[in-house]
Amino acid sequence: MKKFILGKKLKMTQIFEGENLVPVSVIQAGPCKVVQKKTEERDGYNAIQIGFEEIEENKLNKPEQGHFRKNNIPPLRYLREIKLEDISKIAVGETIEVNIFKKGDLVNIRGISKGKGFQGVVKRHGFRGGPASHGAKQWHRRPGSIGASSDPSRVFKGKEMPGRMGRERVTIRNLMVMDVDTEENLLLVKGSIPGSKGSLLLIEEA
Amino acid sequence: MNTKLKKVENRYIKRKDLDFRPGDTVAVHLRIQEGGKHRTQVFEGVVIKRRGGGVRETFVVRKLSFGVGVERIFPLNSPSIEKIEVVKRGENKRANLSYLRNKAKR
Repeated sequence: MKKFILGKKLKMTQIFEGENLVPVSVIQAGPCKVVQKKTEERDGYNAIQIGFEEIEENKLNKPEQGHFRKNNIPPLRYLREIKLEDISKIAVGETIEVNIFKKGDLVNIRGISKGKGFQGVVKRHGFRGGPASHGAKQWHRRPGSIGASSDPSRVFKGKEMPGRMGRERVTIRNLMVMDVDTEENLLLVKGSIPGSKGSLLLIEEA
Repeated sequence: MNTKLKKVENRYIKRKDLDFRPGDTVAVHLRIQEGGKHRTQVFEGVVIKRRGGGVRETFVVRKLSFGVGVERIFPLNSPSIEKIEVVKRGENKRANLSYLRNKAKR
């Protein structure tokens, strides 16, 4: 079965691996509970719904409370669905913990990247902009021409322009698990991961 | 800092109760790998500053080598440091002794 877990970005730090200092991201991963199973017959597809981070029941509305009460599962803050081909081996109420991963595993991490606001074309699309000197006047970070003239008389779709940047779903693939703390449910992963501190992450087996 | 995070970092902290501060003269015993063999090299000098915290703490050692000032930055918790010996205690009121660089010959 495919391994996956929900987590939260805590921070970045460094650890020694042998004699080398490696950058790591610390993730609060799980424990997650299987809240619901979606089946082909009833929902048209196979998936499981997993929840992460316990909260007080009164922070949820009535329908949400009922959703957890139905299967005697403690109320959870986040719910996410994961599509699976075969869900026969998983039971509702089952717990998913960090110990599904071990040191040396490769994982894909999915999250929402930090929002950068309205950005120009140099930062957003990597345009080179103009010269910094040599007589350049107010032409340093501009996009330049956006197309030809009367033919085609329009701007092509997908033309890179300034606009909102960031705050989108990002997947970072093949990050190495450097350490697993089963006591505190922490996962240490080599390198940086998307999002701000405290943002929700989906960690999957690569 | 979050206690949970502290716990993780503490596992990588090798030298915790090591007592030396800027101004002290220390001998850093370094393990150096030379084609499969290990050798210990000693770098002795004055600690100029310590910076950072937790696993990432580093310190700078300065010495005069044939009249030329040499500075090396060591990560405090590096496994390649075998030991740090305090040779002489220094006396000063500063945490950062960058002014030593401008002092001729000391």
